[in-house]
Amino acid sequence: MFIELGHFALTLALFLALIQAVVPLVGASRRLAGWMAVGRSAALAHFALVALSFAALTHAYVTSDFSVANVVQNSHSAKPMLYKISGVWGNHEGSMLLWVLILALCGAAVAVFGTNLPRELRARVLAVQGMVATGFVLFILVTSNPFARVFPAPLDGQGLNPVLQDPGLAFHPPFLYLGYVGSSVAFAFAVAALIEGRVDAAWARWVRPWALVSWCALTVGIALGSWWAYYTLGWGGWWFWDPVENASLLPWLSGTALIHSAIVVERRDTLKSWTILLAILSFSLALMGTFLVRSGVLSSVHAFAVDPARGSFILGLLVLAIGGALTLYAVRAPALQGGGLFAPISREGALVLNNLLLATATVTVLLGTLYPLFMDAIGGAKISVGPPFFNRTFTPLMVPVLVAMAVGPLLGWKRADLSAALQRLWVGFAFAAAIVLIGLYIGGFTPVLAILGLGLAAWTAAGVVGEWAERVRLFRLPLRDSWRRARGLPRASYGMSVAHFGVAVLVAGVAASAFEQERIETLRPGEHIAIAGYDLALREVRRVPGPNFVADEAVIEVRRNGVVIDEMLPQRRLFTVQRQSTALTAIRTSLVADLYLALGEGDDQTGWTVRAYHKPIVSWIWLGAVIMALGGVVSLTDRRWRVGVAARKPAGVPAAAE
Amino acid sequence: MRTLLLLLLLMSPALMSPALAVQPDERLADPALETRARTLSRELRCVVCQNESIDESNAPLARDLRILLRQRLTAGDSDAQASAFLVARYGDFVLLRPPLRADTWLLWFGPFAVLLLGAGITVFALRRRAPASAAPLSAEEQARLDRLMREDAP
Amino acid sequence: MRRLIFLLPLLLFAALAGYFAFALISGRDPRELPSALLDKPAPDFDLPSLLPLGLTEGQRLSLAGLKGQVVVLNVFASWCAPCRVEHPLLLRLARQDKVHLVGIAYKDRPEDSRRFLAELGNPYRATGIDRDGRTGIDFGLYGVPETYVIDRQGHIRKRFVGPLSATLIDRELLPLLRQLERP
Repeated sequence: MFIELGHFALTLALFLALIQAVVPLVGASRRLAGWMAVGRSAALAHFALVALSFAALTHAYVTSDFSVANVVQNSHSAKPMLYKISGVWGNHEGSMLLWVLILALCGAAVAVFGTNLPRELRARVLAVQGMVATGFVLFILVTSNPFARVFPAPLDGQGLNPVLQDPGLAFHPPFLYLGYVGSSVAFAFAVAALIEGRVDAAWARWVRPWALVSWCALTVGIALGSWWAYYTLGWGGWWFWDPVENASLLPWLSGTALIHSAIVVERRDTLKSWTILLAILSFSLALMGTFLVRSGVLSSVHAFAVDPARGSFILGLLVLAIGGALTLYAVRAPALQGGGLFAPISREGALVLNNLLLATATVTVLLGTLYPLFMDAIGGAKISVGPPFFNRTFTPLMVPVLVAMAVGPLLGWKRADLSAALQRLWVGFAFAAAIVLIGLYIGGFTPVLAILGLGLAAWTAAGVVGEWAERVRLFRLPLRDSWRRARGLPRASYGMSVAHFGVAVLVAGVAASAFEQERIETLRPGEHIAIAGYDLALREVRRVPGPNFVADEAVIEVRRNGVVIDEMLPQRRLFTVQRQSTALTAIRTSLVADLYLALGEGDDQTGWTVRAYHKPIVSWIWLGAVIMALGGVVSLTDRRWRVGVAARKPAGVPAAAE
Repeated sequence: MRTLLLLLLLMSPALMSPALAVQPDERLADPALETRARTLSRELRCVVCQNESIDESNAPLARDLRILLRQRLTAGDSDAQASAFLVARYGDFVLLRPPLRADTWLLWFGPFAVLLLGAGITVFALRRRAPASAAPLSAEEQARLDRLMREDAP
Repeated sequence: MRRLIFLLPLLLFAALAGYFAFALISGRDPRELPSALLDKPAPDFDLPSLLPLGLTEGQRLSLAGLKGQVVVLNVFASWCAPCRVEHPLLLRLARQDKVHLVGIAYKDRPEDSRRFLAELGNPYRATGIDRDGRTGIDFGLYGVPETYVIDRQGHIRKRFVGPLSATLIDRELLPLLRQLERP
């Protein structure tokens, strides 16, 4: 009964979305306050209904209600509760419902937190959100209904894929969807601005927090996915330039460009039409990613939704949403007047460079991802575009971004003195050069690129510190004054520093992967491997039962300098229902390096295959990503975001404070 | 989206019994040849897998190809010859680095072209914004301007 | 001119959407790999025979031995489930349509392959066994079952990936064979 309630709620939600899409839009153009206010109520009601719908599906999973087809296909009574819940979104229908839930949440958030927006803008933003929601709820109801019943109800479900029963993976989709769907808010703002025909500094200030939230979530989501791949897949790889990964990277790249160009719009009232385009682009890339991954069109065939009918529906949504937005852009954007001028060497110039490089990187990844599809579609040869391509095209583009990242914040607006800025960075340069020289001395000349990468990371980090030191006039003023200045700096400035520092940490982690060591051996109990100063001895391999699997667990003693420092337990698990096996790697993580062990097949007589890796500072990759997201969050706490639009107050009352 | 990747990875018949990729018994005795083999393997696609190289993949076919590759290298093939051996059988699909041919120019030169195009549009758009240099004022106009400026002063 | 730049994103998107639509409609399976040896000479193979078939011991299945005839080469294995599904169709091909069918057992133990054929019937005029899979790789094989059509000159004219179906046989295999059989 609950399920039918959920289905009904979703249908009602569709109608509310329609109302949300139409009424406020009309209200905004006719300046009807009542109609505009409907937007808010509709958004909240829509959210409540979708939440109810989602709760109904979750309830079915939690209670293992096998009369629901979706639950039968994707769950099993023996699954631990956490994974029963994450199983709700571990399949196509459920994940689309999660998508729609987050979309509704974004709409409700705009309704609740957008009180500082002018009425017309908010109404239009909610209307656009309503349109997107209508499309997706319709998609679910027509092609991907999770509420279908099955009769007679089987005794048990077909179980979820064992690899999905993992905490990292359970949380990865929600963060990722928050990122994708969150970009719909910036999209709505952009379309609303185009409809209104006005983009100004105030618009940029309102849009940026939303773009930041979506960016932070996407950063965490991508990092979670990468980290999951690292500890699951058995050889410690963390990025494969797979189409699915690229689908998440694309909106992240354009989202990064967006949060930077919005700064220019806000401060200098320029780069408006480009920023609007970026906002449209980010959501478009998220939509395109959904299409690619669920339509079966790419050589990334997925277990869910390889259904051309679904693919066609999503393509239709894509055409309507993106085509509509871009048409509006083509018509309205030329009228957006540019504002301040600036010299090429200036803060704006640096941000333009940042955008240029990130946009090119986005196109590069897009090209590499879609090229095989294009060639196949036009009947050309079937080719593959893998890491060798991306390493040669994407990585070189990121180098100037990092170089400029240290210099840019030191430049003034409008026109800046480059040599002065560079002089301030001499310490940073010296630091980076020192790192490079030390690295070459220790590592030799073979991993030169990696060492240069480390140098680049050092440069970026030093740039962050240098810029902060400059702002507080460290050592140029008495320390107490510097401290006062530091306390007075806006949060957004700290957010930037933290986020940029996070980038440096991430780049260092990536560069260091060239220094990893690998040992693969067949070991019988009692035998050893030596790697990077550690001695690993296989004590025994024992059988260990689990809730829905049976595992072979290797007990490996880790010694350093003859002293036993740890015991690591990599496993190979055989899941009884699925008859599949997965490897549970054993990882000893520290800020210095990871010791990574994986167990292969074998037996006590012929020996067990053991793979051991020593990966220096690999944890910095995910640490860096988390620091980046943290920087975004810090930025969000800046009180300037909470400042509202100037109301019609009598003269003499100050308007929005700076 | 990652969900999809791993669902696929696990569903693919290739990974039904994940041994781990390169096995100890596949490795060549000669470390230089083995390094060449590993490097080459990383650039060759496992054709039955979902975007993995034969170096990473657990699929039986990947193992066969790894062994075959090592045999070719031991027999004296150069890197290019060993790759060509596999390309002759599986087509360009097996190369993770797309070959540079007329039909892949757009792919390989695209990024650079986009960068140039983007830079060009940027310069064009920004240059347009620069105000035309005003014609110098005549003496009379300058006097008028001075008067107006003085009038405006509080 | 300026307006044209603003139109560019829309035009690019339209082209992209067009490609996506085309890819969806054409229904191409992105995982299917076309044979790299199409219209090229079949690889020279020489395999031990699986079943003596009344011939002298040590008879082999080789490409040379097949020259001069139009041959349908089917690669199978006893451990392959779809092979069981297509087997009755192969029997029909051999008996009813009188197709010259040969089989290669891929990465199989001889006793298992023989048992498979004993159980399901033997449609092949000759069978070879490829124990290490090397011949399969030479053909560009990436799964079983696969079926190749080889013409009189020993060139591969078509590859079917996956189990054959009645539709595939009637619509593509038999017409191709008729075309190749013509002198």
